[in-house]
Amino acid sequence: MGSRSSELAPAPGRYRPLRRTASHGLKIVVVGGFGVGKTTLVGAVSEIAPLSTEEVMTEASVGVDDGSRVGDKHTTTVAFDFGRITLDQQRVLYLFGAPGQERFWYLWDQLFAGSLGAVVLVDTRRLADSWYAIDRLEHHQMPFVVAVNRFEPAPPGLDQVRDALSLPGDVPLIDCDARQRDSAKSVLITLVQYLTHLSEESVR
Amino acid sequence: MSPRSVDQENPDRLYTVTGGRTLGDDDPFDLVSLIVTERDPVPGMQSEHVKILGQCRNPMAVVEVSAVLGLPVSVVKVLLRDLLDQGSITVRRSPVTTTARAQLPDHDMLKQVLVGLQKL
Repeated sequence: MGSRSSELAPAPGRYRPLRRTASHGLKIVVVGGFGVGKTTLVGAVSEIAPLSTEEVMTEASVGVDDGSRVGDKHTTTVAFDFGRITLDQQRVLYLFGAPGQERFWYLWDQLFAGSLGAVVLVDTRRLADSWYAIDRLEHHQMPFVVAVNRFEPAPPGLDQVRDALSLPGDVPLIDCDARQRDSAKSVLITLVQYLTHLSEESVR
Repeated sequence: MSPRSVDQENPDRLYTVTGGRTLGDDDPFDLVSLIVTERDPVPGMQSEHVKILGQCRNPMAVVEVSAVLGLPVSVVKVLLRDLLDQGSITVRRSPVTTTARAQLPDHDMLKQVLVGLQKL
């Protein structure tokens, strides 16, 4: 490990305060099925060891499987992990890991409103786990990129993955190794480049 | 997300911390709003308020306060609202409030984010 990366490596279990000049908190959400490597990806680029917390939310139980409780309200606790990257003197980017396959996904809409965009992390052995998250992101018009988490490129190829996910041609699809800092970093850069491209198109 | 019953979360304690209050729709805090302590704690202050003021001497996001205190975000927001009303903290709000293709974040801001990421 070079000296630069060891300087930047998070100290496990130790919380590092933000700079006093920090003023702009930004969000990116990493969604994906259980065990696909969301927290690994967050931890690979975060300047702090990923933290976890929870939110207690009230929801009407319409849409919940138990039909006898339709119209009822009850509280649900949702747990999530996050990490942090200081971008410059003012801007701090928070990365949130959110399981995408859950039937309560709409709660994430409330939690993560105002995110710059999303990364959908997929495992080619369980592509179906990503369908729901992609559908919801498209429905909410939240821009996203798709990253295939694998240690090295292997079949199926990205074209086949794109077909299997019915991804529109303009949505970036890349391979990544969520354990590797540079790889996780390039996933985020791909997303922000895509957002920049979309914002340039929108002013034309 | 792991939905589970709040019964496992010791709701009595959470209820006591907030006095049963919730913010409802009157919520000035985002998960990544940055909180900054402006005044030292005063004697008699609730212990959670004292902890927050201790943590936020440097800016700290709402979600970090929640993780560090081990309290749900909604509970932390009630406590933060108290401190805000007292003038003990200030809030540095996120510049992005909605995201949709129709309302993309500011182009210059995205460029700055890109520069920041490329420097990592």
